[in-house]
Amino acid sequence: MKSYPTVAVRDLRVRRGGRPVLPGISLEVASGRVTGLLGPSGSGKTTLMRAIVGVQIVESGEVTVLGLPGGSPELRLRVGYVTQAPSVYGDLTVRENLAYFGRILRAPPERVEEALATVALEGRADQIVRTMSGGERSRVSLASALLGRPDLLVLDEPTVGLDPVLRRDLWRTFHALAEGGATLLVSSHVMDEAERCHDLVLLRDGRVVATGSPDELRRRTGRENLEQAFLVLAEAS
Amino acid sequence: MSLQTTLATGSRVLRQVRRDRRTLALVLVVPPALMTLFRYVFDGQPETFNRVGPPMVGLFPFVSMFLVASISMLRERTTGTLERLMSLPLAKLDLLLGYAIAFALLAVAQAALTAGVSFGLLGLDSAGPVWLVVVLAVANAVLGMALGLFLSAFAQTEFQAVQFMPAFVLPQVLLAGLLVPRDKMAPVLEAISYAMPLTYAYDALARATADELGRRLTVDIVVICAFVVLSLVLGATTLRRRTA
Repeated sequence: MKSYPTVAVRDLRVRRGGRPVLPGISLEVASGRVTGLLGPSGSGKTTLMRAIVGVQIVESGEVTVLGLPGGSPELRLRVGYVTQAPSVYGDLTVRENLAYFGRILRAPPERVEEALATVALEGRADQIVRTMSGGERSRVSLASALLGRPDLLVLDEPTVGLDPVLRRDLWRTFHALAEGGATLLVSSHVMDEAERCHDLVLLRDGRVVATGSPDELRRRTGRENLEQAFLVLAEAS
Repeated sequence: MSLQTTLATGSRVLRQVRRDRRTLALVLVVPPALMTLFRYVFDGQPETFNRVGPPMVGLFPFVSMFLVASISMLRERTTGTLERLMSLPLAKLDLLLGYAIAFALLAVAQAALTAGVSFGLLGLDSAGPVWLVVVLAVANAVLGMALGLFLSAFAQTEFQAVQFMPAFVLPQVLLAGLLVPRDKMAPVLEAISYAMPLTYAYDALARATADELGRRLTVDIVVICAFVVLSLVLGATTLRRRTA
């Protein structure tokens, strides 16, 4: 197991639309673990993820990913990013989308079938993406990010709108990827998903309210329910 | 830069165009249909049709590729696929050249069909070689595409992107000398026309169809290529890895 954190953020400041979204945030994401980024809508989860991936213009601060400055060209092969809105070509089939992104990532062709199986879309490979439901399109977007077997996967609300069985399966996949050595940073605004993470980062108004494993947060607050623990921590900060 | 990524991008763009049957049909059928319309509008003035007709064959690809390319790139921006591509190991030029290859191939089909109908069926005359008209038409298509990719960065919606056609293309068509020879325009306009890429595209087509295959034609072609390179470089600067 690598000893350094996969992601280290130091005093990161980001403004969007003239408003400070992240007024100076610091945090670490441990290697080989599933870290949940939790917080209400508008708390800065997406902006933080964009900054880690290196697609966000930042005002100041430091983002280090896998030992390199965030957004370095070398990281483009090693970091997978799935945006909240599925970013795939609606006028192509599922397989055509994956084949294209796979060729850019130099992934062997059989990786496409593997990724399809991971998101449970094997039978839909030849469907035009535009004709699929929102949840299915998200899965195509997720599959595209798995093709390159990234060391760090940044997933922005990957399970929104999915049925509970598929959600459970995807979380199993996330854990399997982490066991395989990958690091996952997964955002969510639903607290029951917090339970499934190794580590949690609770975000509110662009600030870290608390970090730790679900059990640690429970112990610290004396609350069994993580939603309540979050409330206690938010009010204390 | 990688040839594999460029070709993958080119075939992806072509596949998208092929999926959109209606656009494909419009791109291929409208120019020959308009040439037919021109032929019969100028039924009583065949000499006018013969003067304006040949350059038109070469200008259609410029206009349609300008539109198709600017809308395609705008879609990449609004659907988030551009952001995904910019986070992947893909060089900006891989993307732009992929587009160039795809639309150049489409332009070959369009220009060949338009030239075939115009010179074959409508009795249009060219003193120069018809293949040169087709080659220049494809060069114009790449020019239109490169300008469209660049200008699409300044449109937030498809409505705006479509309006760039009358805003940027129509004035160039008017100043290029298609309707009125440039030396008959107000001197200011004639001076401005030298800064417009379409002026050289039109001039090259006019010379090619008049069989004036000399040094001036070479200069025109070099200037067209320079404008293509300039537009692609400007286009690359509008592709940002990081956004606000």
